[in-house]
Amino acid sequence: MKALKLNKTTRRNYLTYALVILAYAILQIMGSTGSLSSSLKGMLVPICAYVVMAVSLNLTVGVLGELSLGHAGFMSVGAFTGVTVAVALQDAIPAAPVRMVIALIVGAAFAALAGFLIGIPVLRLNGDYLAIVTLAFGEIIKSIFNNLYVGVDAGGLHMSLLSDKTNLADGGRLIIGGPMGIGGIQKISTFTAGFLLVMVTLVIVFHLVNSRAGRAIMAIRDNRIAAESVGVNITKYKMMAFVTSAALAGSSGVLFAMNYSTIVANKFDFNTSILVLVFVVLGGLGNMLGSIIAAAALTILPEALRQFSDYRMLVYAIVLILVMLATNNPTFKAFFSRFKPGNRSGKEAA
Amino acid sequence: MMKKKFFALMMAMVMVLSLAACGGDSGTTDTPDSTDAPENTGTEATGAAFKLGGTGPLTGGAAIYGNAAKNGAQIAVDEINAMGGIQFELKYEDDTHDAEKAVNAYNALKDWGMQISLGSVTSKPCEATSAETYADRVFALTPSASSTGTIEGKDNMFQMCFMDPNQGTASAQYIADKGLGAKIAVIWKNDDPYSKGIHDTFIAKAAELGLQVVSDTTFADGNDTDFSVQLSDAQSNGADLVFLPMYYQPASLILAQANSKGYTPKWFGVDGMDGILTMDGFDTALAEGVMLLTPFNADSTDERTAAFVAKYQEQFGEIPNQFAADAYDCVYAYKQALEAAGATPDMSAEELCDLMIAQFTSMTFDGLTGESMTWDASGAVSKSPKGMVIENGAYVGLD
Repeated sequence: MKALKLNKTTRRNYLTYALVILAYAILQIMGSTGSLSSSLKGMLVPICAYVVMAVSLNLTVGVLGELSLGHAGFMSVGAFTGVTVAVALQDAIPAAPVRMVIALIVGAAFAALAGFLIGIPVLRLNGDYLAIVTLAFGEIIKSIFNNLYVGVDAGGLHMSLLSDKTNLADGGRLIIGGPMGIGGIQKISTFTAGFLLVMVTLVIVFHLVNSRAGRAIMAIRDNRIAAESVGVNITKYKMMAFVTSAALAGSSGVLFAMNYSTIVANKFDFNTSILVLVFVVLGGLGNMLGSIIAAAALTILPEALRQFSDYRMLVYAIVLILVMLATNNPTFKAFFSRFKPGNRSGKEAA
Repeated sequence: MMKKKFFALMMAMVMVLSLAACGGDSGTTDTPDSTDAPENTGTEATGAAFKLGGTGPLTGGAAIYGNAAKNGAQIAVDEINAMGGIQFELKYEDDTHDAEKAVNAYNALKDWGMQISLGSVTSKPCEATSAETYADRVFALTPSASSTGTIEGKDNMFQMCFMDPNQGTASAQYIADKGLGAKIAVIWKNDDPYSKGIHDTFIAKAAELGLQVVSDTTFADGNDTDFSVQLSDAQSNGADLVFLPMYYQPASLILAQANSKGYTPKWFGVDGMDGILTMDGFDTALAEGVMLLTPFNADSTDERTAAFVAKYQEQFGEIPNQFAADAYDCVYAYKQALEAAGATPDMSAEELCDLMIAQFTSMTFDGLTGESMTWDASGAVSKSPKGMVIENGAYVGLD
């Protein structure tokens, strides 16, 4: 019985990899033959970024079982630190892919650090309280970046808060301009980079979930007291999931920011957090393939509905409600019970 | 049971969709150029008319600007098409004042076959789309995206409005020249590039001119409904003029709250204040005596302006603001440039881009928002702002 279940999970993971690779291959072929519309082409990188966001949030919400409403905050940390590094290294490292990788790693590292610092107080809480505190932290991160000034000149990086006191030398450049955000970003995100990031994210998340640590994390989700009683270190495993999730969100932020010439802190607000949560809930908690599909579909949907002009968002909302009903999950709670062990397989396909 | 319910829901959705489709058709009778059927017009009609596209916030918090620009451009397009000669086909896409959506909207326009662009209506989205138009070599002339980042480093991006920093210096200069206030308070939004851009240059210029700024307070997204702290600070410091470099929604609340406190300084705004009179549920009596700098005066006795205002009122039922006038001017500037360059609608966007750059840097244009406007190679326009004051619910020229 146990062997069969494990087998199923593995099969499911390989199916997810295969589908992502297939989607990438098809889109690349379509792109090279020119049958891809500019509209879709422009959305490929944001879709990858949102997919990574959804999968990483699914780790917190679906696998760890804690509702986080500040996930966009980590995306923001990654976006701002990653872009700062990419701009600072613009002359030192001319090769865009190398710079992109460095930016992704730095963005992920800073987001992980932020996740760790936030995790210390937050993970002492449970349920609704945790959700509210993460929401507050998301807003704090937004406020910080709205008041942060970072410039670079020959003397290195300069930083100041509230007003621009960086006093850059000649030839220096203000990278983060408080509410102005970052402007004039070189667009070095590519669909291939996005695809690779999605694959890396999936490998990390699947391996974590299927490891000893992953089972401990799910044990905490299913019954905290029982897990504690058999000696599972609650804080350690909670932190592990939360920090991994934050780091992945950070790298997604880098990918997203490098796709636009300008980025502002207000982009990563509460609404973005909720949007990603919608992807996760719609795709199914703990269901990574579902998250990927939901993120891609819900990013394309508002654009595909442009012909309805004024009624676009109304139709979008109706479609959202219908899909929620169609996947046969009337309440948020039902999701949780659905993914309790023993009730795992079968229904997930919905 | 479940199946039945689901079926019923599907039917409901189909009905809503068909309703939406009908609504779309009847709702856009005021835009006769079939902006509603993108797929069909995308494939044909090449060679007959120039395809002119723009993005703007048609829904959401900044929708007044987007819709005004769209309507203003539509009037100009209708007029020009009726004249014969150069023909335009106009299409506006919604960007909800968001950079990401703006790029999506721009790409949708590209699929439609846009040849020349009206950029985006608001600043941050326009910075994002201008990077795209620059990379794709599509010429763009924005009616109202006023930040410096919009045109910086892009040879094919031009502005019809003046830039944010210029508004700050012009406002300070104007206040000093006219001796409007001895003690000045500034309330601004510190997470908004538009507000910050104007605030910073205003403060710098005020210091240079010896204006006394006694109160400098901020607000941000999320705490923009209660201004009692900022107003008390201004009042207790004895400010007799309050400068409001912001969009009209927070400004309307500030005016209402100051009124209920019994604080009556002089109010001075910038072009973002334009639109306050047409805002739903706003008591225009509160805006009485508010001064603002804007390049457009709907009460002008100028013949073309009067005709435009009359037509706008007839079609859309409100007095046009500066955004509508800017967009109207953009379309006419395109007409003049295209005629002078001898461009034909079968040219590609790239060919048109080179022609337009040459034209815009050399031509002089007379529009509703200024006489003999010129553009330098950076894409910035040179024209002078006019001081306006709100009297009896309408803008009246100060000079």
